[in-house]
Amino acid sequence: MRSLIDIKELSVSELDSLINTALDIIENPKKYSQKCQGKKIATLFFEPSTRTRLSFEAAMYELGGNVLGFSEAQSSSASKGESVADTAKIISLYADIIAMRHPKEGAPLVASMNASIPVINAGDGGHNHPTQTLADLLTIKRKKGRFDNLTVGLCGDLKFGRTVHSLISALSRYEGIKFVLISPEELKIPGYVKTDVIEKNGIEYVETTDLAGAMPELDILYMTRVQKERFFNEEDYLRLKDSYILNPQKLENAKKDLCIMHPLPRVNEISVSVDNDPRACYFEQALNGKYMRMALILMLLGIE
Amino acid sequence: MNIDSIKDGIVIDHITAGNGMRLYSLLELDKLECTVAIIKNVGSKQMGKKDIIKIDADIELNTDILGYVDPDVTVNIIKEGKIVNKYSVSLPETLKNVISCKNPRCISSCEQELDQIFTLTDKETRTYRCLYCETKAK
Repeated sequence: MRSLIDIKELSVSELDSLINTALDIIENPKKYSQKCQGKKIATLFFEPSTRTRLSFEAAMYELGGNVLGFSEAQSSSASKGESVADTAKIISLYADIIAMRHPKEGAPLVASMNASIPVINAGDGGHNHPTQTLADLLTIKRKKGRFDNLTVGLCGDLKFGRTVHSLISALSRYEGIKFVLISPEELKIPGYVKTDVIEKNGIEYVETTDLAGAMPELDILYMTRVQKERFFNEEDYLRLKDSYILNPQKLENAKKDLCIMHPLPRVNEISVSVDNDPRACYFEQALNGKYMRMALILMLLGIE
Repeated sequence: MNIDSIKDGIVIDHITAGNGMRLYSLLELDKLECTVAIIKNVGSKQMGKKDIIKIDADIELNTDILGYVDPDVTVNIIKEGKIVNKYSVSLPETLKNVISCKNPRCISSCEQELDQIFTLTDKETRTYRCLYCETKAK
């Protein structure tokens, strides 16, 4: 019995296998429509989410399975003080697999240590969000056809962005990757990600505050939101926020086959006028999340 | 300064100067009924200065704690006034309920019954991280 708590738990060959399954699901959806008949996923969402929860539920329905769960802590026994460990033990009696989102870091790991069914981390605070990374990887695969020899720009809040850290961790295992880390000084990538992941793997990288200047060399641009609450004062936020808003002008010098990604929700960091640009991949990225979650559910349930 | 030698007990030697009190506290030596001596800043040819702890009883030491705080210490077991066993310790792979996670967003900070578990993630830098949230131990 296996769970997925951190993207690092998947080997490169397992990632390849998940991607191949997802690509096959896209090509032959009917082949998979009854694979999970009689199986139930419990979506335990202790904090709100739109895409992730609905995407897990859609994934299970499209595999022919069923869904139970809750979408906020208030409608669960957690509001009465039940521990994560007890919740996991009880849900194991009702369902075949758990997808859990929790505001506390490490909660899905605790669930997996106590459940007798597989647990998927659907986001634990600012810590991990492995299925978002799976969605990101499938998007890159479908757009670029490869994971090696890519220049990947990561822009915005690189300090607190869990999706950024997971993606760096996943891509650092491939050859010829270069990261361009674009952020204000206040939101630079944490030192441990640089030392423990990027430098440890001998990956080339540059840090810059200039999005427009970095644009011409990028194969992929991964945007994240610069949140007002991350700044100490409003003055700094107002000074910086426009530098990290992607609009058609900033894309003038970009490659013709640039792939623009965003984990969503987007607020204003990508202008809606970019949505019709063929290089905008972020809505497709959300759809890819569903396919990868389908592939992951099959893998963890041991269904061929 | 003279400190009585012990007959049956333990001498923890080669403690990096300054670590003696931390070991005393983490090993909970304050709870012992027997005589315990912490000798600080003892002159040492090898180390310049070192701390020594002498425990006048044959107790079971938590070697994970010794290895975590100071993997260079030497433990001497004394019987009838003589050293009968001498061993060194190594960095433990896992620490259970030795230190606690300081990250307020960690699940272990709100569910008190959870074991506090840290794992060794980098031997060279002796870095331990919380099993649940990966926050570095300080």
